[in-house]
This record gives sequence, C-alpha cells and structure tokens, in this order.
Amino acid sequence: MGFFLETLFGGLMAGMLYSLVALGFVLIFKASGVFNFAQGAMVLFAALAMARFAEWVPQWTGVNNVALANLIAFALAVLVMLVVAWCIENLVLRHLVNQEGATLLMATLGITYFLDGLGQSVFGSDIYKIDVGMPKEPIFVLDKMFEGGILINKEDLVAALVAAVLVGLLSLFFQKTSTGRALRAVADDHQAAQSIGIPLSRIWVIVWFVAGIVALVAGVIWGSKLGVQFSLSTVALRALPVVILGGLTSVPGAIIGGLIIGVGEKLSEVFLGPFVGGGIEIWFAYVLALGFLLVRPQGLFGEKIIDRV
Amino acid sequence: MFYRENGQFKTSYRADQQIFTITQDRWAVLGLIAFAFVGVPLLADEYLFRAILIPFVILALAALGVNILVGYCGQISLGSGAFMAVGAYAAYNTYIRMEGMPLVMALLVGGVFSTLVGIFFGVPSLRVKGLYLAVATLAAQFFCDWAFLRIKWFTNNSASGTASVSDLSILGLPIESPVQKYLFCLCFLVIFGVLAKNLVRSAIGREWMAIRDMDVAAAVIGIRPMYAKLSAFAVSSFIVGVAGGLWAFIHLGSWEPAAFSVDRSFQLLFMVILGGMGSVMGSFFGAAFIVVLPIVINQTLPWAGGLVGVAVSTAALTHAEQMIFGALIVWFLIVEPHGLAKLWSVGKQKLRIWPFPH
Repeated sequence: MGFFLETLFGGLMAGMLYSLVALGFVLIFKASGVFNFAQGAMVLFAALAMARFAEWVPQWTGVNNVALANLIAFALAVLVMLVVAWCIENLVLRHLVNQEGATLLMATLGITYFLDGLGQSVFGSDIYKIDVGMPKEPIFVLDKMFEGGILINKEDLVAALVAAVLVGLLSLFFQKTSTGRALRAVADDHQAAQSIGIPLSRIWVIVWFVAGIVALVAGVIWGSKLGVQFSLSTVALRALPVVILGGLTSVPGAIIGGLIIGVGEKLSEVFLGPFVGGGIEIWFAYVLALGFLLVRPQGLFGEKIIDRV
Repeated sequence: MFYRENGQFKTSYRADQQIFTITQDRWAVLGLIAFAFVGVPLLADEYLFRAILIPFVILALAALGVNILVGYCGQISLGSGAFMAVGAYAAYNTYIRMEGMPLVMALLVGGVFSTLVGIFFGVPSLRVKGLYLAVATLAAQFFCDWAFLRIKWFTNNSASGTASVSDLSILGLPIESPVQKYLFCLCFLVIFGVLAKNLVRSAIGREWMAIRDMDVAAAVIGIRPMYAKLSAFAVSSFIVGVAGGLWAFIHLGSWEPAAFSVDRSFQLLFMVILGGMGSVMGSFFGAAFIVVLPIVINQTLPWAGGLVGVAVSTAALTHAEQMIFGALIVWFLIVEPHGLAKLWSVGKQKLRIWPFPH
C-alpha cells in the first residue's frame, strides 16, 4: 500500500509538470485558435535563457548574491520571451490570419524547429543547471501508518505550489482584468472582437507572452529538477495527450488532465510495465487520450464541438 | 515559343484525358525517365548515389504516400514514420522467416501490413479531424516505436535490437552496388508514381479531394466519408510501407527503430508542405529539396563563415540547419502555401506564352 501511494504521489508530481506545459497550449488555443506545437520549444528556449543569464549576470555585473542574480536572470528571460512573442506575432501569425487550423499547426512546427536551433546557437547546447534554491532533501510522511513512511521530494511540493499559484494568478488575470476580458472576447470570435475595437495583434502578443512566461516557469521547474538540455523540448510531445484529455479550451482541464496522465503513466509503468517489457509510459498516455477522443472528442472539460466529421 | 499546345488537336476523349496533354510535356517526361535510368548511372559517382540519389528516390516514394493522405485527402498525419517502420519490419520478418521469399514479394507484404495498421489508426479520422487526428496518428508513432524496440520477436530476437539483411538479389541479379540499388528503387518510384498519378485523377482521387475541400458538402453529393478516408489511409500507408521497406533493406541494410522515429514523420510532412500539398510532382520536389538542403548547408556555411573569419563548428551547423528548416517552413506557408509545385506550374504557364505575354 505504501509503495502504491508513493507511486501515486510521484505520478501526481509528474502530472503537475505536464499540466504546466499543457497550460501553455490551452492559453494560446483559447485566445487564437492556434494549436501551438512550439510550446515545448518555448520551454527549452526560456529555460536555456534563464540558465545562461544566471551564469552570465554575475560575470557581467559582478553581482555575487545568488538570489539577486537569479532574479535579474529571470527578469531578462521574461524580456526575451516578450521579444519572442512579438516576433512570432509580427513575422508569422499576422500573415496567417484566417487560415485553417492545420496550416497554423504546421507553422508552429516550423517555429519549433527555428526556436530549437536559435536557442541552442545563442545559448549553447550543453546541459546546464538552474539553481533557484529549491529544497532538495526528501521528506517522509505518514510513517505512522506504513513502515518507513512515504518518500516525497520537497522539490516536488514546491513545484506543485508554484504551479497552483500560477494557475490562480492566470485565472484572476483572465476573469478580472480588462485585458483578460479582451482575451476571452478574441477567443470567442475574432471578427466580433475586432469590430468592437479590440486590437487583435496586441492581444496575440500578450497571449504568446503569457504562454512564454508559463513556459519559463515550467522550464525553470523542469530544469532545476533534470537540468536544461535539448530533451526538454520533447516535453511538448508528452503534454499533447494531456490537452486532448482535458479539453483544448479548458484551464482546469489542463490541470486535471495532467494529473490523470501523470498518475496513469506512473501506475501503468510500475504495475503493467513488467508484463509487457517496460517503457510503456510513452505510448500509454497517447492511447489513453486516443480512447478518450473516440468517446468524447471535446475532452473532459472542453467546450462541446458542434461539428460533423 | 516552343512549349505550347497550338496545333495539337484532340480527336478522341482518350487523347483529351491523357496525363500529359501537351506533346512537349510527354516527351520531356519520357526523356527525364530515360535519363534517370540510363544517364544518371553513367554520370553519378558513388558518393552521389549513397548520399543523395538513393535517399531521394526512397523518400520521394514515401512523400508520395504521405501526400495522398495529407495533400489529397486533407487528413494530417504525424505517424508516417510508424507506417514506414511497420513496412520495414513486416518485410523483414517475411523475408527472414519464410525460406526462398522473393525480395519484391517481401517488400509488398510489408506494404500490406502497413496498410492494415494504417486503416486501424485511420479509424479515429471518422470521428475527429485536424489537430485531434494529428494526435491520434502520433499515438501510432509512439506505439510502433515502442513495439519494435521492446518486442524481441519483431527483430528476430537479435541481441542488439538491430535488424539486418544481406545478400539481396532479384531474379538472380544481386543488388549490391549503389547503381543497382538506385535502379531497383527507381523502378518502384516510377511504377508507384504512375499508379498514384492515375489514382488521383480517377473517381477515388476526386472523392479524396472533395472530402479535403469540404467534408459536409462531399457527403451531401453522395461521397461516403468513411470509405474515402479509410481508402486514403490504406493507399497512403501501403506506399509509405513499401518505402519503409526499401529504406531499411536497400538504403540502411541494418537498422534500429530510431530510423523511423517521430523526426522521420516530421521530415516527410515537411517534404509534402514544401513540395506542394496535393501534387504528385510536389512530392518529388519536396523530397529533393529536403535531401539536398542539409548537404548544401553543410558545404556552404563553413565556406561562408571562412569569408568573414568565423569558424563554424558542427554543432553550430546542426543548429543553423534547424533554423533554416523552420524559417523555410513558415516562409513557404505564408508566401506559397502550394509549395514548389505551384512555382513549377507558374513557370510552365509563363513559358507557354513566352515571349509575347499579352
């Protein structure tokens, strides 16, 4: 039982991280109808920027305080993501307004390759560390109930907390601010939003910027856990089933979908894997999402798609 | 001046429905095929065969298959690599396990298995489309990656997980030298190219295009979406499967599942986008472009770097290649969504009225 719970917790934590990446997908899809394949590349790009700035800032300015250097690096990385968002809007999306979803999907595939290449040429392609002072030591809980207790990483708990705060802030931003309202209007109907004077291009820059910040947070958390390296960019492929499961237009869906996928992956790997030779977590998530797709194409919480296929 | 249809009168429907209605076109294509069969083996050296020509011919065949699904029927697929893998491994098992199995037969059996898998993973297309379908085909990709890596039976229980074939021959003729390999693959390409070209001009091809352009309207005029979509999946994955078999047997010789990873799927999709969606010619252009581009970049970038006094490392080359690829994809989608094939047809149109354009 203890082992089962431990696996369950591990799955929940991994799921939290998937949720963070999935959140970026959902934000952009909600506001512009673009299925942003480049979210993984953005995570890598942001994490690389953060890791390298944290290295370079002390060299450039002589700041010795690690926390301050990290803060400056984070601010610089945010700035970089703003520039990226602006470039994507101006150079790509603006020219593809009113195109089909499939065309936009392929355009984001192109952006993925470009960002992967750019990030690694500018910031280097080794494995970098991000050290934002996350607690590393594991803690044991419930050791009264089970022998030896359950092992939980403090790092994971902090990550989950950060993710929860981020989701809270985002929903506040979407629901309470006028920009958030404009974002939702654009998501509903581009033309109607434009006709009442909402500047479409600025809204898109904001959305991609917000997605960039989400990518940065996800990148920092993943990066401090596993190190920043190219494989971070494939995390987008891991997060795809999450959005399908949760629904492309739902923020809570991304969170809960992420948790389900995370738990499902870990449990299937541990309890089902040994029978079929292991390594099944990669496709298990996809098959789960695929099964869901057939029964409920809009996902768990997505808006009902009224569309005959 | 020389390229025009003036004076070429059609006297029968048959003549009117030829693939190439203009005599000059017909001769040009026949000449091109003859050149590919006779001229190229005389002119090209071994490096050219190994690095460019053989990969080009096989990937052009695969791109042709993907183009039928993505370009003609409008169903986005990110699982082409998986269908290639199914073709390769099914052909491998047939070839290894059955005594005296002819090579061509094994490759075709690989195609048949790929067709079955393609139809199976095409079933979601009856219910979802667009991005959702892309994710469904990704499921095929990851499942096949895993299956061929972990299930030892597929690789004939080889310890290293690699499958390999040797001593290939057809009708007693060995396929060893690059020229023989090239000619063997070229035969497949020409035959499948002609078949595909005729297929997309026929009733079934028109059904695919109707589904692509507007599925509801297609259903209204009496096209069965299920039949049209699944047949596109079947034909596409058959061709892709045969290409996968060729890639493994002829080009690689011994291979691992990584040869058919998700990157291969993306590469094939890019070929179709750059070459031109919904165009047989476009598949060839796209394949040629994507095979040649990395080599051109590898040759020219160090030279260009040398001019401005910068040494370009291999890592930088890879990254520059990625950036150029990505930028090109976006650029093509914005500027010329119909790809290189459209440029080709515009060029032909201009040539037809040259030198008096008005």
